Amino acid sequence: MEVRIWRGKAEGAFSSYHVPVRDNQTILDVVTEIQREQEPALAYRFACRVGVCGSCAMTVNGKPRWTCRTHVTRVAHEGVLTIEPLRNLPRIKDLVCDMGDFFQKWQKAGGKHSGSLTRADKPALVDITNPARVTANAAIECINCAICYSACDVVAWDKDYLGPAALNRAWTLVNDERHSEREETFDKSFGEGGCGSCHSQGNCTRHCPVEISPSESIAGLKRAAFSGLPKMDGN
Amino acid sequence: MERTLFKAQRISAILLAPWVLIHLGLILYAVRGGLTAAEILDRTQGSLFWGLFYGSFVLLVTVHAPIGLRNILREWTPLKSDNINPMCFMFGLFILVMGIRAVAAVVG
Ligand code: SF4
Ligand code: SF4
Ligand code: FES
Repeated sequence: MEVRIWRGKAEGAFSSYHVPVRDNQTILDVVTEIQREQEPALAYRFACRVGVCGSCAMTVNGKPRWTCRTHVTRVAHEGVLTIEPLRNLPRIKDLVCDMGDFFQKWQKAGGKHSGSLTRADKPALVDITNPARVTANAAIECINCAICYSACDVVAWDKDYLGPAALNRAWTLVNDERHSEREETFDKSFGEGGCGSCHSQGNCTRHCPVEISPSESIAGLKRAAFSGLPKMDGN
Repeated sequence: MERTLFKAQRISAILLAPWVLIHLGLILYAVRGGLTAAEILDRTQGSLFWGLFYGSFVLLVTVHAPIGLRNILREWTPLKSDNINPMCFMFGLFILVMGIRAVAAVVG
């Protein structure tokens, strides 16, 4: 099969490689094979290879994907793979992007958990049937892969937009009874470039590999502007 | 601030929706019935109802449109908020003055 891979930074070009088709071959397998056998200087990121760490995301045939869990047979188009870095992030080299902005925006959206208990206290007992907890649970399994961020057009247009992942994180904290700064997080998520900028069309949700719905989380934040913060029992 | 503007825009949109429908229905009615401008003015002038209706219409648009314009300018132009905010405020004032003038002319 033919594999076209982006080489360079913002300026660069595609190089073509040929790789044999194998059973159960993932996009990450293909990139690794090329790096080991043909192009030792090829830069790319991965760690876990099993869909946990979120570091292997790339644009494959035009769509952002987690490459370690994407099988070639599912995405190759007429025997050709085109692999580029994620969109909406500054390019460092080949398939590697600078994730700095992406994570800074998590902070800007109030994404830092702040507990109110100390080491001396007993661990907080969380009622898993509490509706706020159920809402938070639906959104907490984010692997920070930035696929949604790359899929979001508003991020592409408005450099200040915090983006789906950061706002999704804020929504989980707003629903977390152990977070002592729920109000502050909510305020930050509604700051300039915050959830008010989202168009609710759900490209983020469509591409999230772990089936989180950031668009639904953002809708939750918007609704809370009218209905107030989610109610907590005993908080 | 963003939250307040967000709410103001949504609430004004909800209120505007039926107002726009009534306004469109009214246009269709007036045109189909073949009313002349003079006949229309004859009915609206001195009418408290139409004064309140179009007066509130103008107020709602004054709230709604500049916030939407602000969002569009922020998303689609390289302009900074420092410039966009006063521009949209002026735009709101412009709509308000023109709107009030128009309502005064129709019902006054
Ligand atoms: S729904 Fe919102 S966050 Fe998701 S892709 Fe669209 S604009 Fe971006
Ligand atoms: S919400 Fe989904 S797509 Fe976005 S960073 Fe988290 S895991 Fe990745
Ligand atoms: S390498 Fe860890 S998610 Fe793909």
